[in-house]
Amino acid sequence: MPNQSKTAILLLADGNIFYGQSFGKTGTTTGEICFNTGMTGYQEVFTDPSYTGQVIIMNNVHIGNYGVKDADVESDSIKIKGLIGRNLEEQFSRIQAKGSLNDYLIANNIIAIEGIDTRALVAHVRTQGAMNCIISTEITDIEKLKYELVQCPNMDGLELSSTISTKTEYELGDKNADLKVAVLDFGVKKNILNCLVERGVHIKVYPAKTPASKLKEFNPDGYFISNGPGDPAAMPYAVETIKEILKENKPFFGICLGHQLLALANGISTFKMHHGHRGLNHPVKNLVTGKCEITTQNHGFGVNPESIKNNNNVEVTHINLNDESIEGIRLKDKPAFSVQYHPEATPGPHDSRYLFDDFVAMMHKN
Amino acid sequence: MPKDNSIKSVLIIGSGPIVIGQACEFDYSGSQAARSLREEGIKVILINSNPATIMTDPMMADKVYLLPLTVESIEQILEENKIDAVLPTMGGQTALNLCKEADELGVWQKYNCRLIGVDVDAINTAEDRDLFRKLMVKIGIKVAPSHVANSFLEGKEFAQEIGFPLVIRASFTLGGSGGGFVHNKEELDAALKHGLEASPIHEVLVEKAVLGWKEYELELLRDKNDNVVIICTVENLDPMGVHTGDSITVAPAMTLSDTAFQDMRNQAILMMRSLGNFAGGCNVQFALNPETEELIAVEINPRVSRSSALASKATGYPIAKIAAKLAIGYSLDELKNQITKTTSAYFEPALDYVIVKVPRWNFDKFKGANDTLGLQMKSVGEVMAIGRSFTEAIQKACQSLENEAVGLGYYGKSLMKSEEIVEYIKTPKWDRIFRIKDALMQGVTVKTIAQATGIDRWFLYQIQSICNVEKQIAEYSLDTLPTEILKHAKKEGFSDLQIAKILQGTCTEEQVYEKRKALGITRVYKMVDTCSAEFEAKTPYFYSTFEN
Repeated sequence: MPNQSKTAILLLADGNIFYGQSFGKTGTTTGEICFNTGMTGYQEVFTDPSYTGQVIIMNNVHIGNYGVKDADVESDSIKIKGLIGRNLEEQFSRIQAKGSLNDYLIANNIIAIEGIDTRALVAHVRTQGAMNCIISTEITDIEKLKYELVQCPNMDGLELSSTISTKTEYELGDKNADLKVAVLDFGVKKNILNCLVERGVHIKVYPAKTPASKLKEFNPDGYFISNGPGDPAAMPYAVETIKEILKENKPFFGICLGHQLLALANGISTFKMHHGHRGLNHPVKNLVTGKCEITTQNHGFGVNPESIKNNNNVEVTHINLNDESIEGIRLKDKPAFSVQYHPEATPGPHDSRYLFDDFVAMMHKN
Repeated sequence: MPKDNSIKSVLIIGSGPIVIGQACEFDYSGSQAARSLREEGIKVILINSNPATIMTDPMMADKVYLLPLTVESIEQILEENKIDAVLPTMGGQTALNLCKEADELGVWQKYNCRLIGVDVDAINTAEDRDLFRKLMVKIGIKVAPSHVANSFLEGKEFAQEIGFPLVIRASFTLGGSGGGFVHNKEELDAALKHGLEASPIHEVLVEKAVLGWKEYELELLRDKNDNVVIICTVENLDPMGVHTGDSITVAPAMTLSDTAFQDMRNQAILMMRSLGNFAGGCNVQFALNPETEELIAVEINPRVSRSSALASKATGYPIAKIAAKLAIGYSLDELKNQITKTTSAYFEPALDYVIVKVPRWNFDKFKGANDTLGLQMKSVGEVMAIGRSFTEAIQKACQSLENEAVGLGYYGKSLMKSEEIVEYIKTPKWDRIFRIKDALMQGVTVKTIAQATGIDRWFLYQIQSICNVEKQIAEYSLDTLPTEILKHAKKEGFSDLQIAKILQGTCTEEQVYEKRKALGITRVYKMVDTCSAEFEAKTPYFYSTFEN
């Protein structure tokens, strides 16, 4: 109810102000504003490490309806920096749920604002592009908010993976399995690891800055390079590691940030997109099979389509049917491939899980 | 590979007279399909026995036949015209049944006319309960335990085996006619007799009833390359037991987690892919056990339906138009999104609003009719409302019913006591949503109402919030009504008239309007654009709402 809840302010870097009500934790937060068009799976989105540093607008008008549940997470905590919604719901109905969205946000120290005309805001971000923003339930002085906002770093050129990657190595799956995969964690989603383990793979997950020599000690059958937040161009250490790994000619699979890093390791540049792709309905065509797949996406950077034309060793395997952006590549001389989208989904359609089967088959063949 | 150029003329079969259970939705799909084919340079010949339709206007098709929907008429048309293909998926079950009958008599073959948009095996499997059940078992999809009976005695035997409550469904009927629930032995005899008589092949299905489970519908499109997309997910506010046509329905699904939804999506795609390999539209219905999130498949319809007409309006994605293009050989990735004109038709619409459909009944005109809702559709029409919240949308829908209700917020006080209402709402009737609101106004808990009705609590919490606003408003007069409450009430879908009534006649509708106008609380207009504002829309349509 409006007379019971606290007013909150959203200020964009271009000076636009939106007023709403506080939800979740009270306080002040900053981050890069982006929007997600998915109609299910809010908890998975909020816990996806690739959203580190971002304040997210949920386009779907009711968020929180089915509460939260321990199993529906992509990491052990909420990774978004703030949440913007039209109607954020305290009441939920799912019998299996453990608690409400509001309590969950409070427990994770996440500040949210609701009652916002999210459609107008999304249209603004769509035309003006990604920018930083600040949400506050305590500062009402706009000048003060502006001051706080400029302290927020620009996503362009920002390295974030090493801040959220695992600090220690860990293993998952059957240790006697036929296949072993070394996973380089730049902010990996839990379900990516599940998709590998479910296929009978023994995996070992390494911190972001682990050198290639260390990964090789595991003697894996294949390498997996994960998704993650931030600008791939700000990660020369990762590019070096991948160059080293590729020399081994072992099966290699990269997702999202992992895809961008594979491109960089092959001399193809990346770029910051106008406002990115985030949602569960992005159409992708597999150019090898001719089949189409509805994909989950979450990226603000992409692989440069001009730069790829000059590289004879890299083949584009998947394209986006909306804007023809590059969605998948493979190397012609090595068993290495990657996709920009999220085949593990969660949330999202399971159309692309065949890629994990392809990776496993590639390792068996090798 | 674009369109199949060997198809130069297509016969579209209409759905015949408007009856309860099959109304103008098929006029809408038939008209869309005719337009869609003609813009491809294809000659469209149309048959319908109902002249009071848009599709039979002379400008809709190249040639219109106003003839009875019989095999003789089809033969006459095929005799008089060179027709390459027949598209029977736009005219509901009537058209599919006629198409099947003609096929059995070898008519299509005789005139070298291809069937597009569906195949006969798919029609058979979807309509024949036993074939459907066998196919589901084969592909590992759960269905309610059931048996097909062709005689009264057989039916009784199976009923005993499965146990009550049961559903009796008649094969090959429209709008669920001939079907019904059976809670005890006494009801069984009549239900079996009625079902067997209603079925043109004297066949019923005796099925375990999953009363109280949540009901969902998915609208799918598939192209010749087997690419499948889900256009819309519709959640029935009324649980299993009320015909979808008589249920209040909501899009997108409001209470589904991603895990539950993806399970449903995977199963729906598997079902469509196992049902032949035609290119076109399909509707799949599921029941979900709220205790376990276990799913069972209820039915599959390989055609555009009442729900796809709603889904088209709800999402902006013209299902019939695209289904017609897929039937003549296009693949989804070759077609453009009809609203944005720049992005692909191969995608799944994202909504940033809520759609609520409320059926409209006319029991006043059918004196003596049983007004309890069940498997057989009884509504004569429906309203669809769009809002930026469920509360706004359901209020708008209730305001549009053209009955005495002024929204869900005010229509006079209930004369029933709380206990009477709780008893009353156990049986689904046309006015259940209003009585639920009465109960909440009187302080009955959400838990009690959920137990009495099987309606998901989330919807009840939302209706409770409408009640709370109404109670708040009632504490004031127009002069003292705080701006914040007025603004909130408008966002929750309260009409000016509704607010005036709640203020107990101290003001008029116009005065409420003048007051809020002076306060700057005025409508804004939002687009239905298929994509939640992600892309620029070229040909959207608009709805009004209130924002901060």
